[in-house]
Amino acid sequence: MGRYLLVRFIESMVTLLIVSMVVFVLARSTGDPVTLLISDQATAEDMARLKRQLGLDQSLPVQYWVFISSAVQGNLGKSITDKGDVARLIAERFPNSLTIGAMALALSTVLGIVLGVAAAVRRNTWVDKSVRVVAVLGQSMPSFWLSIMLIFVFSVLLRVVPTSGIGTPAHYVLPVAVLTFLALPLRTRLMRSSMLEILGAEYVKMARAKGLAEGSVIWRHAVRNALSPQLTSFGLTLAFAITGSVVIETVFAWPGLGQLAYQAMLSRDYPLIQGTVLLVAVFVLAANLLVDVLYVYVDPRIRYD
Amino acid sequence: MAKSIASRTIARHQPASASPARSAAAWVSGAPAWQIARKAPLLPTALIVLFVVFAVFAPLLAPYDPTRIALPQKLTPPVIFQGGNPAYLLGTDSLGRDVLSRLIWGARVSLAVSASVVVVSSAVGLLMGLAAGYIGGRVDSFLMRFADGSIAFPGILIALLFAISLGPGVWTVIVSLSVLGWASYARIVRGEVLRLRNLEFVIGARVVGCSPARIMATHLLPNVLDAWVVLMTLQIGLVVLSEATLGFLGAGVPPPTPSWGSLVSDGRNFVDTAWWISFFPGVAIMLLVLCVNYLGDWLRDTLDPRLRRTRQPGAAPSI
Repeated sequence: MGRYLLVRFIESMVTLLIVSMVVFVLARSTGDPVTLLISDQATAEDMARLKRQLGLDQSLPVQYWVFISSAVQGNLGKSITDKGDVARLIAERFPNSLTIGAMALALSTVLGIVLGVAAAVRRNTWVDKSVRVVAVLGQSMPSFWLSIMLIFVFSVLLRVVPTSGIGTPAHYVLPVAVLTFLALPLRTRLMRSSMLEILGAEYVKMARAKGLAEGSVIWRHAVRNALSPQLTSFGLTLAFAITGSVVIETVFAWPGLGQLAYQAMLSRDYPLIQGTVLLVAVFVLAANLLVDVLYVYVDPRIRYD
Repeated sequence: MAKSIASRTIARHQPASASPARSAAAWVSGAPAWQIARKAPLLPTALIVLFVVFAVFAPLLAPYDPTRIALPQKLTPPVIFQGGNPAYLLGTDSLGRDVLSRLIWGARVSLAVSASVVVVSSAVGLLMGLAAGYIGGRVDSFLMRFADGSIAFPGILIALLFAISLGPGVWTVIVSLSVLGWASYARIVRGEVLRLRNLEFVIGARVVGCSPARIMATHLLPNVLDAWVVLMTLQIGLVVLSEATLGFLGAGVPPPTPSWGSLVSDGRNFVDTAWWISFFPGVAIMLLVLCVNYLGDWLRDTLDPRLRRTRQPGAAPSI
């Protein structure tokens, strides 16, 4: 088991390395930052000096090595547009993404379990059908459109929440709502499907035959065993939540990591682009690894091949 | 190679597809395929056909040129609201362009790009999956390393990166979304191939002396098609949403070509005064994805009735 986790860790590192290379190459090909930064009257000397300053006169592999070695030490370079440390910018923005992400994660987990169980237990009744409709809708709606329409209904028409930005607790409502609604379908469906599978199992019949109250049968016996796929989707949703949704943060002008990455791309700020995308990759891989570690304790039936 | 527990658990809720192995001839002759198609659910199929018809015949069906600017009529509401103009059924945007026409022309871009992405990514994924599953060994590990890496990653960021480094354009969108999409197909196909390669008919073919290429083409391919097609129908919805998202973020097909995502983006700043500009394109996107997903569910249920309804291979919430 320890060996399995070690292998998974190494695999994650390799993936991270590949991602960093892809990001590096793509970011560097966005155009020459020197021409973006310099004024029109600059001489060739000035351009050369700026190039040396930014380290762009080195060969590509050397630049990559510099990037990687300083990244590992926590130095992700300086943002071209903001002139600040990339690492500091990320550290400022990240908590904002984390808060709405965590809230959406918690809400979608709780709601997903409750709705999934309800749908499975009352299969093919209106409860089941309406849960399935909600799930299907959540997977079909474009996130940006849902955000805009919710802004229209609740901010413009009803005036109960502010349209965008951050500040009061009311600002959190819409972004969290959208994130939750998008994460809900997967959790609900998985819960429902695994509950349906479990409810047909022998030990459930046994529990009922013993005379246990239905509620006890469902919650104490069935649900516990149906939870394991939830852990996997928890990992997926965790990654989604941590990294923040680029689109949702952009629509709500939410100063998080996703919006930072998007703005970096718009302004061709390659150190910032590299830093944010790399960090997103780190978090996603870490989330998946975490899920694997937790699985070891949650489900003893998993085999490691 | 250690598969992540995450991916294996999602896989466990996939079909242990026990469809009997079919020969290439049986699949191609299509008798089962037509019988299946006849029973397809009516409404979603009809709507999809309608969308396709609108996309193909856009020049004939759209009332106006989508780029026609008519400033005196800007921000007209849809016809059933006060201030509406029967000449502009769904209203106009901030430059007086007819929303309905832009919607119809936008269908072209959205459908064409999505279809291309699905074709490319499913083809590449099929080939990679066949090769990885059958050849195994180093090839398998190498290919699957790439596949696993791209599954959980927020693809929107990579797609954005592609857009700014390759320059915005139709081909950039197709390439970036295909690069993100092939991995799911490869995984599924590889899984099926692993299941099939130890069956007697494959071993028999090997014994008789068939080359690996022939085995993959004539024996393995027809039997992985079921799972592959099902995944395709599930992915189409995701691709449409991704393309729309890229359009919304400005990294899709560049203006003045209307695409549904960019149409929503156009209306974003006018939500308080002219909600219809963003509303209708979004409804179109949602309807298309709904119909496609419904069809995909139905197809999955038909092809293997023992499947549980809620299999979603590697489907993280799409951003």
